[in-house]
Amino acid sequence: MKRVLVILGFFGGLVVLWQALVSAGLWSPVLLPPPADVARYLWRAIVDGSLAEASWITMKRLMLGYVIGCVLGLPLGLATARSKYLSDTVGVLALGLQTLPSVCWVPLALLWFGQTETAMLFVVVMGTLWSVLIAVDNGARNLPPIYVRAARTMGSKGLHTLVKVILPASLPFVVSGMKQGWAFAWRSLMAAEIYVTILTGYGLGHLLHFGRELNAMDQVIGVMLIIVLIGLLADKVLFSPWEKFLQKRWGTGK
Amino acid sequence: MSTSDELQILPPSKLVVDHVTKSFHTQRGWLKALDDVSLTVDEGEFVCLVGPSGCGKSTLLNLIAGLDTPESGTLSCDGMPITTTGRDRGVMFQEHALFPWLDVLGNVLFGLNLKPSLNKAERVEIARYYLQLVGLGRFIHANVHELSGGMKQRVALARALAPNPRILCMDEPFAALDAMTREQLYADLQRIWDQRKKTIIFVTHNVREAVCLGDRVVLFSPNPGRIREQFRIDLQRPRDINSVELAEHATEITRALKQHNAKREVAE
Ligand SMILES: Nc1ncnc2c1ncn2[C@@H]1O[C@H](COP(=O)(O)OP(=O)(O)OP(=O)(O)O)[C@@H](O)[C@H]1O
Ligand SMILES: [Mg+2]
Repeated sequence: MKRVLVILGFFGGLVVLWQALVSAGLWSPVLLPPPADVARYLWRAIVDGSLAEASWITMKRLMLGYVIGCVLGLPLGLATARSKYLSDTVGVLALGLQTLPSVCWVPLALLWFGQTETAMLFVVVMGTLWSVLIAVDNGARNLPPIYVRAARTMGSKGLHTLVKVILPASLPFVVSGMKQGWAFAWRSLMAAEIYVTILTGYGLGHLLHFGRELNAMDQVIGVMLIIVLIGLLADKVLFSPWEKFLQKRWGTGK
Repeated sequence: MSTSDELQILPPSKLVVDHVTKSFHTQRGWLKALDDVSLTVDEGEFVCLVGPSGCGKSTLLNLIAGLDTPESGTLSCDGMPITTTGRDRGVMFQEHALFPWLDVLGNVLFGLNLKPSLNKAERVEIARYYLQLVGLGRFIHANVHELSGGMKQRVALARALAPNPRILCMDEPFAALDAMTREQLYADLQRIWDQRKKTIIFVTHNVREAVCLGDRVVLFSPNPGRIREQFRIDLQRPRDINSVELAEHATEITRALKQHNAKREVAE
């Protein structure tokens, strides 16, 4: 209860401060619209469905690319951790590409795939894949060898060891890698959407872009708020349960 | 197959270590961890391996467990050569090696889940039986990090016992525990050994511990790792580690241990 009050107080305070700055008249209302204007924009966008549609399109792209990135990154990371050859080749490649800010994939994706959904997907996959791969590789590598030995004495081997021992033992690394992959994918998708207009669907990034073109500051701020909200929500829905599990079993954090 | 089949008391097995040698490559060249070691362990016997650090006790235990292979010589269990790990040989390490991603029950179930002949209810029943046996019946859903050191080793013991192995290999399982907890575990281990009729190979630094637990104490010496001397302990069970008779045996073995060390120093 007290926590809720603190949270409400803090964010309420931010809105009041915002309103106070607007009322002080330091900036033109075109550059800094009052909170009520932004709320009005959001309301309109919710009612006419444009916000829901844009969010849906963005989430669809993100989810698809993210899932592909994870599905490729998990086994590849396990493989590079176990094979010297793969770690010297794919591992080094991943390490190099991971340092590349994922926005940098946008020009290449455009040239390769044109202004298409594939280009968007490609950027998101690139954002996800390498950091997931490296995190899993790292986790599997830093595993205490005693786990695998203990498992062997109980009759576990091969695929069973991989799935029932190595993967769960690397879970702390895997979760943080997937979280980082998510952050990279989300950022690069927004950049791609702002940068490129794609006729097959306007995402949140496009709404932001159009807001700028129309000089509609209420739209720009409104969409930004939604983007922040989705980021927070994803964190709560996708990663919180895992982090709670890690905390419960490993007894870390708190 | 039913739970009672699974929980039946199997005849303990006979273990033969025959002229086994094992070397490791180190920075200072090859190191003979075991040099021509032969040992026969009877069915149901409790054998303790003692000796100074680095004399190859863990190496031998790993070979028996099948976690490693000898350079020359053979090991066999019930006449079958040991080539790899097997559920007939359970292992307990100095570190508890429990899986943090599973709760206590999940850890004990790990080995049981690999036995295809059992169904889920039977597995859980067996796991509960062993947790009860080690005195942790009330902690089945606890997380590993919530247990004390002694409790963790009890879970590790239950986990090693659960697939019903005939030989139990234990590598200094109580070394990291305080004296009080250890004494409790000596009593429990003797009871379980008797109740479940296992053959136990128990590695330790602690001569008193060896005398308290073993039917036989095998003394090793290092560089290269060899068996020096063997002592039969026929004290009555259950044994109390603080008893005078036990201390006498321990003194005798400690003296032998020191003698071998002294001889070695002279030779060098
Ligand atoms: N994997 C390995 N690689 C290199 N050397 C090893 C390896 N395992 C053991 N050794 C060496 O072999 C010798 C015997 O080791 P082992 O672990 O069997 O000794 P131990 O009797 O169990 O000692 P402790 O009582 O300290 O556990 C040691 O000198 C050790 O350094
Ligand atoms: Mg050892």
